Amino acid sequence: MTPAMRKFASAALIVGVFVFWELFCLVAGISELILPRPTRILAAFWEYAPAIWPHAWQTLYTTLVGFVCGVAIGLSLGVLIGSSRLAYDTAYPLLVGISSIPKVAVVPIFVLWFGAGTVPAILTAMIICIFPIVVNVATGIATVEPELEDVMRSLKASKWEILWNVGLPRSMPYFFASLKVAITLSFVGSVIAETVASNKGVGNMMMIASSSFNVPLVFSGLMVLAVMGVSLYALFSLIERRMAGWAMRKSN
Amino acid sequence: MTDDRFVHLERVGVTFGTGKTRTEALTPTDLAIKRGDFVALVGPSGCGKSTILKLISELLKPSTGNIFFGGRELGAKPLRVGMAFQSASLLPWMTVRDNVMLPLKIVPPFKKDYRAERHRAFRDRADALLAQVGLEDFADKSPWQLSGGMMQRANLCRALIHDPDLLLLDEPFGALDQFTREELWQTLQDLWIDRGSTVILVTHDLREAAYLANRICVMSPRPGRIVEDRAVDFVRPRAIDITFEPEFARLVQDLRRLIVGAPKPPKADAA
Repeated sequence: MTPAMRKFASAALIVGVFVFWELFCLVAGISELILPRPTRILAAFWEYAPAIWPHAWQTLYTTLVGFVCGVAIGLSLGVLIGSSRLAYDTAYPLLVGISSIPKVAVVPIFVLWFGAGTVPAILTAMIICIFPIVVNVATGIATVEPELEDVMRSLKASKWEILWNVGLPRSMPYFFASLKVAITLSFVGSVIAETVASNKGVGNMMMIASSSFNVPLVFSGLMVLAVMGVSLYALFSLIERRMAGWAMRKSN
Repeated sequence: MTDDRFVHLERVGVTFGTGKTRTEALTPTDLAIKRGDFVALVGPSGCGKSTILKLISELLKPSTGNIFFGGRELGAKPLRVGMAFQSASLLPWMTVRDNVMLPLKIVPPFKKDYRAERHRAFRDRADALLAQVGLEDFADKSPWQLSGGMMQRANLCRALIHDPDLLLLDEPFGALDQFTREELWQTLQDLWIDRGSTVILVTHDLREAAYLANRICVMSPRPGRIVEDRAVDFVRPRAIDITFEPEFARLVQDLRRLIVGAPKPPKADAA
């Protein structure tokens, strides 16, 4: 298969799924209250667009702010843990413990501390994306080939010089790969927080729409989230290819 | 005097662990290496050949004894070392040229000029060295676009770019095929004749040791010690053809006997 054909195939599959969905609903006569047709969802999106925008912005804003904070914390923790055996052994169990807590469970605590609204959404988006970044960056740094480290040490390079010249660049592919996972997780975090405790955001909008049985609007919310998620994923894939393309061994 | 003992190990021993897990990696050993000499360390696996290299490059501290360098105790004066291992371990995110220039970024006195000179004098320096090993057309390539032999050539360049007092090679050609290996022997010989640096080469390959070195130290199985110290005086530059001379074969055979014992006669019932 040529690359063009492969692209066409995956696009055809996506379109096919929606066409099947549409036809299935029509043929089986499924109620709009259960599963609205894609065309109805688009129509609802068009109809409610002015009302959806502020919610979409809110969700995007909390996700991105949470994500940026998460990346800053995750990257520094990852560098620390990856470059020091002591920090690794000390902090890793705690980190695993924290990461295994379902993040939905901490939203009420954030609400208790900061009140409902923007802050819990940002914090949830933040903590949910820290762990994969830490693990990836730490792995990248900790798995520097011992021979390479010996070469550097025989040149009397300081720990800092080894980290800067070898450890950090080496962990970049891991870091950017984790960003793609992290941005999607951040969306999960902010939408959960909005659903539980906020009067703004796509999550909140979907809650209200579902309680008034406006099912097409619920699905429009889902669509907005999907579009934002996919766009950010694509953006970070692009950044990854620019920044760490050497790891993918493209010959141009 | 100090030139005769450019590198001097005095009763240097290494043990790992304590109590029951205590293992002796190197029994107290004396070894003096002349400035500008080319010494090969050969011996069975795990005999402590690499340990000696790590001691001299200060990657490892001796458990007993002292190491002197140029007459002074190691550590008193910064010793400029170039090292190359069996895996070329070039950095995949840099071009071959930037890989070769890496030591200039770290080792004084080059370090302070790195920013200013990386596109001028240092670049020319790297290119000249790359040309010397036949990689002039590959300076801007990525390491993974090179063959195994080319990577080792670049690895040698990286070990030499900062004019080390001492070049330490740990099985640098171990992963290469026979033809590439012999090609690189010649490259290394040329570099050594050209630069006159002191070289210590650790190898399993007795032909490699005999072809390249001025002096071969044979080590016993673990815990290692030097059991034979032999001068090799074939005329330089040595052509690859000398490896077929009877004298060369005899030397390799002698070394082999010292390491694995006398060869057993083939079984009579084989036919």
